[in-house]
Amino acid sequence: MAEIMKGNHAIAEAAVRAGVTFYAGYPITPSSEIMEYLSGRLPELGRVFIQAESEVAGITMVMGAAACGVRALTASSGPGISLKQEGISCISDEELSCVVINVARYGNGLGTLFSSQCDYLRETRGGGNGDYRCIVLCPESVQEAVDLMALAYELSEKYRIVSTLLTEGALGQMMEPCVLPEFIDPPKVSWGFDGKYSYKKVGIFDRNPYQEGIDLRKKHECIKENEQRFETIDVEDADYVFVAYGLPARSVKGAIKELQAEGHKVGLIRLITAWPFPEKAFSVVNSHVKGFISVEASATGQVVEDVALYSKKSGFGHVPAYCLLNIYGIPAIRDTKENFKKIIAGEIKEVF
Amino acid sequence: MAKSAKVPTIIDKPMGFCPGCGHGIAIRLIAECLETLGYDSNVIFGIGVGCSSLLGGGLQTDRLHCPHGRASAVCTAFKRVMPETMVIAYQGDGDAYSIGLSQTTNAMYRNEKFTLFVINNTLYGMTGGQMSSTTMPGQKTSTSPLGRDCGATGLPMRFPEMVASQFNAAYVARGTVINPAHINKLKGYIINALEAQKYNEGYSIVEILAPCPTNWGMTPVNAMAHIQETLIPYYPLGEFKTREKK
Ligand SMILES: Cc1ncc(C[n+]2csc(CCOP(=O)(O)OP(=O)(O)O)c2C)c(N)n1
Ligand code: SF4
Repeated sequence: MAEIMKGNHAIAEAAVRAGVTFYAGYPITPSSEIMEYLSGRLPELGRVFIQAESEVAGITMVMGAAACGVRALTASSGPGISLKQEGISCISDEELSCVVINVARYGNGLGTLFSSQCDYLRETRGGGNGDYRCIVLCPESVQEAVDLMALAYELSEKYRIVSTLLTEGALGQMMEPCVLPEFIDPPKVSWGFDGKYSYKKVGIFDRNPYQEGIDLRKKHECIKENEQRFETIDVEDADYVFVAYGLPARSVKGAIKELQAEGHKVGLIRLITAWPFPEKAFSVVNSHVKGFISVEASATGQVVEDVALYSKKSGFGHVPAYCLLNIYGIPAIRDTKENFKKIIAGEIKEVF
Repeated sequence: MAKSAKVPTIIDKPMGFCPGCGHGIAIRLIAECLETLGYDSNVIFGIGVGCSSLLGGGLQTDRLHCPHGRASAVCTAFKRVMPETMVIAYQGDGDAYSIGLSQTTNAMYRNEKFTLFVINNTLYGMTGGQMSSTTMPGQKTSTSPLGRDCGATGLPMRFPEMVASQFNAAYVARGTVINPAHINKLKGYIINALEAQKYNEGYSIVEILAPCPTNWGMTPVNAMAHIQETLIPYYPLGEFKTREKK
């Protein structure tokens, strides 16, 4: 039965049902409701909740819990996610599994409280020092966020990689009907500490970074091949294909309906995984497509870089990639339509 | 006590410390105490960044190399997830008190029920002997070439004293490794710290004054004498908080 729930609360409850037994984090708007919810809910179930002294400590506690093989979670936003990069890099290095939720807010430094997608490049490129990636899942609705939570852990454990649930401030704060998943009892992972040295972890100085590098590359290739997730709408015969994720993608869906009603042949590629980027979606695009249009809540254009790269890789190197930037918030259908018309009139130039 | 000639079974490989380093003695003592208490196959170490991390190459136990300074956060999680397992943070002074002061202090503030051993050699050993929070007044290091100026850099930190006076810890002590008598005493402190954890009494910490002959520019013997003459007067040895008698 569908319940009306606030995004952050629904996500937190979905985490509980996905078997999360450990949360550590530090409050920051617009993510705080996740930890507030779990501060009561986890102890009620005999699980662990810790209000850490900082995001640095929060993610490092998650690292400790993950090393013991339990499903561990942290959530934050903006500068809090920046502070977590040390830990995320270390968790990636140790090939532990966990989920990090970024309820993205706009701005550099302390930033603002506006809903945004300005962390796209950081999230899809690893974020901390080193050569790793995190699997990045980006829901467009409360329901999809809830549905992706268990998957985030499954992928994280399958590949021993960090999964990021990349939501947006507005998605965390909005109320929507959603059906919560069933409770699951996650399978035990093979690498969890038991105090008995059953998992014979290789000593720090016995590691072989060169071989690890080769293995990491293979792992990434395998994830790229098998874990792309996306939705396409009418891309097969579109003259112009929009590319977007999250709440802007939902708004674009509204815009393409209206544009189609006016006779324009437009379609949409919606990213569900931002990493791996869903390049397979480009293989079904009309071979005579005239342009790709990234619609994103950033100031400088981030998703468009991937659109250009992957359209080139898919044989569309000659097709222009445009970018509609609303900086923060959710683009209005009217604006997307107007800007689309400026693109076909040549008034908005391509980025790539 | 410290007569035991048998190497604890969890020590499976030699660790690459410099001759005369204090880390090796400390680790040997911890391993012996774990065996004495029957926890040598029910233990997890959170290992610091620094020469302390060489422990990770030598012990056959569950152990995680923590981000620099964060072992107390990692160990917080270990202990909360696995309360029946002995959890030990093993760190240098730079790791625990400089970069990690926030994590170290907050774990102790929450009275997390694990044990912290800090090897205080008054500088950053692994990176070539830079000044740390415990560098002595006037001490020359690679980043205090004229000798530590406490007016500009602060006074050396006495962390165990702070823990004992301000917080609700179960057991706090400082020992050293400079001779058999001190080693015996230190072993008693380590046993107490681990027992405080075993009986769920609260946070326990033992700071260990240890020589770093390499970065002090001294022979191993002179380094031991330096601890006796210079460090102990500033960093008094003993128990600052004893376990409550039940
Ligand atoms: C974030 C970060 N900053 C700096 C370093 C470099 N570094 C490695 S060990 C170390 C100092 C360790 O000193 P201490 O904790 O006193 O241990 P010791 O080597 O003396 O045992 C530093 C600064 C690092 N590894 N990570
Ligand atoms: S540099 Fe100092 S602390 Fe490090 S192993 Fe050598 S003597 Fe020990």
